[in-house]
Amino acid sequence: MDAPLLETRGLRVKYGNVEALHGIDLAVRQGEIVSILGANGAGKSTTLRAISGLLRPSGGEIRYDGKPAAGIPAHERVRLGIAQAPEGRRIFGTLTVRENLVLGAFTRSDKDEIAATAAWIYKLFPVLETRRLQLAGTLSGGEQQMLAIGRALMAKPRVLLLDEPSLGLAPLLVKAIFRTLREINEQTGVTVVLVEQNARAALKLAHRGYVMEVGRIVLEGPAATLASDPKVQAAYLGGKTGA
Amino acid sequence: MAARTTTRLAVGYALAAAFIVAAPRFLDAYWLDVLNSVGLYVLLALSLNLILGDAGLFNMGHAAFYAVGAYTAAILNTRYQIPILWTLPASAVVAAVFAALVARPVVHLRGDYLLVVTIGLGEIVRIALVNDVFGLTGGANGIFGISRPMVFGYKIRRPHEFLYLIWAFVAVTVLLFHRLEQSRFGRALNYLREDPVAAEGSGVNTARYRLLAFALGAAWAGMTGTLYAAKMTIISPESFGFWESVVLFLMVILGGSGSIPGVIVGAVLVVVLPEVFRGFASARMLVFGLVMMVMMVVRPQGLLPFRLLRFKESDVRRAGASS
Repeated sequence: MDAPLLETRGLRVKYGNVEALHGIDLAVRQGEIVSILGANGAGKSTTLRAISGLLRPSGGEIRYDGKPAAGIPAHERVRLGIAQAPEGRRIFGTLTVRENLVLGAFTRSDKDEIAATAAWIYKLFPVLETRRLQLAGTLSGGEQQMLAIGRALMAKPRVLLLDEPSLGLAPLLVKAIFRTLREINEQTGVTVVLVEQNARAALKLAHRGYVMEVGRIVLEGPAATLASDPKVQAAYLGGKTGA
Repeated sequence: MAARTTTRLAVGYALAAAFIVAAPRFLDAYWLDVLNSVGLYVLLALSLNLILGDAGLFNMGHAAFYAVGAYTAAILNTRYQIPILWTLPASAVVAAVFAALVARPVVHLRGDYLLVVTIGLGEIVRIALVNDVFGLTGGANGIFGISRPMVFGYKIRRPHEFLYLIWAFVAVTVLLFHRLEQSRFGRALNYLREDPVAAEGSGVNTARYRLLAFALGAAWAGMTGTLYAAKMTIISPESFGFWESVVLFLMVILGGSGSIPGVIVGAVLVVVLPEVFRGFASARMLVFGLVMMVMMVVRPQGLLPFRLLRFKESDVRRAGASS
């Protein structure tokens, strides 16, 4: 239990000649919800993409389940239990809702268990069930985000990576989705790493948080501590005390 | 609804099969030969459809794989006296290995870049053949004296005999490719085409499936090359030029990328229309070009576009019932 499930040490990523991450140290324990906060361009999504394997780090280490993961390709990491709902959702608009979910289970082969996972996801997001035969491109933004989360969960991950799940959604919808995320975490013990600009919502959901600025981690700690930190309040919570 | 589409498709195939079987009764040798040509193009277009339609990889050098297959068959037949139809597996393997080798460093390229690279590949193969690489290809003259195919001791030589040989191969191909479309492999290719990043992020080994699409498409083009060599008994580099690749590309896009019946219709039209327009004499290619332009404006998704909704209702009900 003490050893983290997911860890980065001195993680560096370059885009061409420009270094976007200058050595990121993260440690996420099994069952935790961890938020990575920061402004645009701080390197939050880059960090997440390096963890999921869609970006190749230029230095440092990524360890998953006690083993180095840096050389493992993204599709193989999904099999090992790291699934991601990417930024911008990237659902398949020309496939139906159900087909999108089936894709999420691409790494699994047991038909009955896949159907059971799908049923569970329909229970979490009932609107997906009513729209299961509809083309995913015709869903609303919030429904598409639910589908993106559902698709990632179809892989039965141990770690769920979420990139800006609140982007472009109405506050009430964000609240509902985040409540469901907590429910998922409590029901299954799945570890969640969440990248967010909506610091208030993210800190309410998370157990712990990291704050990033231009490719570095500048603050870390329990979510409640971060939420009451004057610097965080000034920079990310609009200067007032968090809700 | 899915069931009705399947029925309609089955009826379509049955009618086409009946037409082919009966064709020698009412078509002359010239039109039978056109039909043979159609059959070969249907095979080539279907093989390209795996790469271009299903996996979304812009390959405009498909004639190279066709050439590799045809030359493999011709060389094995004329130098080592291996019966021409027995060279089918060899043509498939050589073309697939060749495709896998040349595609490996370039498959990660996106759309237009891959297009340029594959155009280059097609030209390199054609020029290599003209220059008689390894002293095997006979240079610009090509290879002649390829023996006629034997089927169960019966020598195939007349147009209607080739008609049955070629279209039997088409039937097997269509059947297999429909199965493939429904398989895990087929689904992976479609995910890959729609969004490679999301596919990779969902556990699809995109690099491997791209290569497999290339290899399988090339294998089929290679076997079609064997049939072509058997039918012509003489092959030369000019049959495998850039225009050939362009025409195949056109058949896939025109008929409906990723749709097997669509691509078949596309191949039929591209071969048959110029024949029909012979009445326009020298203007026939102009008319043909105009028809194509109008097509792309009026119906950009192709004649019989690919339909994605194909889950059985029972499948959905089961998942729904257990919730």
